[in-house]
Amino acid sequence: MSTTSRKATPTSRYGKVGHVLNELDDRLGVAKGGRTFLDKIFPDHWSFMLGEIALYSFMVLMLTGVFLTFYYVPSQTVVTYNGSYLPLFGQHMSEAYASTVNLSFAVRGGLLMRQMHHWAADIFAGAIVVHMARVFFTGAFRKPRELNWTIGTTLLVLAIANGFLGYSLPDDLVSGTGIRIMFSIILSVPLVGTYLAFFLFGGNFPGTDILARFFILHVLVIPLIILGLVGAHLFLLVRQKHTQFPGPGRTETNVVGSPMFPVFMAKTTGFLMFVTGVIALLGAFAQINPIWQFGPYVASRISYAVQPDWYMGFLDGALRIFPAWEFTGFGHTIPLEVTLPAVIFPGILFTAVYAWPAIERRYTGDNELHNLLDRPHNRPKRTAAGVAVTMLLTMLFIASSTDVIANYFKVSLNTVLWAMRILVIVVPLLSYPLAYRIAKEMQGVAGVGKRKVTNVVVRTDDGEYIATPAPVYADDAHHELDPVPVPTFIEGAVETSGDDEAEFETTPGVRRVER
Amino acid sequence: MSDHDQHTPVSLRGLSADDPHMQPAARRPRVVEGWIGLLFLLGIALLVLFAVAFVMNLAPWTLGATLGGGAVSLGAGLIAWGKYLMPRGPFVEERHPLANSESDRDAFAAAVVERGGGIIQRRKFLGGLLGTGMGVFGVVSLFPLVRSLGPMPKGTLFHTDWTAGSYLVDITGRRVNVSDLAVGSITTVYPEGFENTDNGQAVDQTVLIRISNENFTTMKGRESWAPQGYVAYSKLCTHLGCPVGLYEQQLQLLVCPCHQSMFNVANGALPNFGPAPRPLPQLPLMVDSQGYLQSQSDYKEPVGPGFWER
Repeated sequence: MSTTSRKATPTSRYGKVGHVLNELDDRLGVAKGGRTFLDKIFPDHWSFMLGEIALYSFMVLMLTGVFLTFYYVPSQTVVTYNGSYLPLFGQHMSEAYASTVNLSFAVRGGLLMRQMHHWAADIFAGAIVVHMARVFFTGAFRKPRELNWTIGTTLLVLAIANGFLGYSLPDDLVSGTGIRIMFSIILSVPLVGTYLAFFLFGGNFPGTDILARFFILHVLVIPLIILGLVGAHLFLLVRQKHTQFPGPGRTETNVVGSPMFPVFMAKTTGFLMFVTGVIALLGAFAQINPIWQFGPYVASRISYAVQPDWYMGFLDGALRIFPAWEFTGFGHTIPLEVTLPAVIFPGILFTAVYAWPAIERRYTGDNELHNLLDRPHNRPKRTAAGVAVTMLLTMLFIASSTDVIANYFKVSLNTVLWAMRILVIVVPLLSYPLAYRIAKEMQGVAGVGKRKVTNVVVRTDDGEYIATPAPVYADDAHHELDPVPVPTFIEGAVETSGDDEAEFETTPGVRRVER
Repeated sequence: MSDHDQHTPVSLRGLSADDPHMQPAARRPRVVEGWIGLLFLLGIALLVLFAVAFVMNLAPWTLGATLGGGAVSLGAGLIAWGKYLMPRGPFVEERHPLANSESDRDAFAAAVVERGGGIIQRRKFLGGLLGTGMGVFGVVSLFPLVRSLGPMPKGTLFHTDWTAGSYLVDITGRRVNVSDLAVGSITTVYPEGFENTDNGQAVDQTVLIRISNENFTTMKGRESWAPQGYVAYSKLCTHLGCPVGLYEQQLQLLVCPCHQSMFNVANGALPNFGPAPRPLPQLPLMVDSQGYLQSQSDYKEPVGPGFWER
């Protein structure tokens, strides 16, 4: 062992890579934990990748967002546009708007990056919602994962908030109107609304500070919080291990699936590329938020038939169809036509979402740890409640297009308005019992949620028919083997006891390392 | 460590023959391998094309098509590799309970309750002071964070820049004369001198509509407000403050494009549809000796959406 050479290089039987890993282990002690991490099992199910879509679209958001910050100027100073887009030439506009038009047309790749950023934001919020629905309907939020449900809900709130802030930054005619509406919504809060609005905007609308404030919130404060919470979300996922659907060999005390390395890593890296690519293709072929067509924001101008980004749709719809019920009395005004649909309703909605795991635990008295997922039809009440809320939000979302619907289908706006007012109440009320019934019926159907198996039907001499499941083909990809522990991939040797280092098993084959 | 020599590194595929779990899921791995190879080649080609398109500064869609197509191809290939060519498994690992033993939990709780709690219990007075101090610190640190963000609202929302004798001007600053508008026409006006200010645009904005040739009364008590048929209303919707920018000439309705509130122009701008709760405030007008329109005073009530102090 006494080497006198200047470069004391302890060798590894695994060559250069092994050497690097050894050096790393000398300093950080990563070998054991790293090995455990690489062997970590991820259950396979298509619905488990929904959260990955959210994660990867967030990565696209950060990369494209950094690009945009190089060219965007968060300033409301009025400038005269003299760029390459002729219809706007010579017009007065804020520096923010001018810089956004400029980065779209004058910066190479700028338009693509802006389009990708906007698409990624819509996909980010959408993936969170769908991922959340999966977690809800399969009961993955139950003990011990309530904390991760809370973090996830917060991430949704932040995604919506940051989406709105980012949508506001270009200072175009449509987004400026959106900010005006947000100011009025904050103004509608009883008692403190005026103060809140004035403090947030630095005075009465529009003021001169709002874009600079939105900018720093949008690019620094909220992304940092999102990043931290995403880290916590993933840490808890690793610590608590992923849930899995019930199936052969799957119990509450194990995880069955693919190992982190290389199978899951290949799939998930591929999926990162795939999500990025799809967002780039959307950015290339599906125009989104063409702000140069809307023109710069002028407070006394307005566009027609505009809707906010999809995740704000339910709020806009609620504001549209809520009756004009302003409360006036005792020397004060409460604009209930704004406060109820845009402040209290989302407040109740998100409180209920946050509280759902506690509500359900209280209602069922179930305080057990759950690692096996529910099939939605086996929890008909939860499923029905989820469907009802989904339908309520869907109806409100549709209601955010009353004018477009009336125009397109050539019906009166009044008809559409009243239809939506009725549907918003009736559809959720009807969908609860309907979903409940369907779930109950599915419980009685054999083989629901299971893969179809070929049966061999034999007619006996007596005329009796007997069905037996056909034998599985040996190389049938759908046929699942019994799960086994992850092999070491090392041919030959396995340490059988920690103390006795000389004692090696020499039988070749796949063996599991004792941990 | 003399046995080192016996062990040679082996690849994953080198072991796949033994155990069915190590077999690829694909029935014909060679075929899948070919397809994945093609996907990778396509991905590389598209990404090279992206570089070409970028250098040649081609249309934005070519950038997105090549970048997106390249990433999707590489991604799809890698997913297929993981799904069809890597060990099919399934593999299993134990899920060790996270909860510790009863004694560990007790020791933890004892440390918190007895060590910490005991000390604080013994010095209740100090503990109370400390708690109060922390609370005060928390509240006080909110002052620079919150209070300096903006001015107190005070009377801001109750007034506009319209005063007695303000001339009505359009967005270019030109005064409006009674001879300017035909019956049924509409324009947006501001108090003279404010047409280019933020507040003028956002708060003072007023729609001027000529609905007749004679003096017009929109409501009882407003007999002198609309000389020669010129009616002026605040352009801020009383629902959420969008500009009420659409005018339905036949029905004499002002329509808010945001949430479709409609206001009856001939009838004091009473809302007759949609979520707006109040009429648009009307600006009393007068005509000077040369026929230019002026306001008699500010609006008689706050413009725009409702708020607590209103």
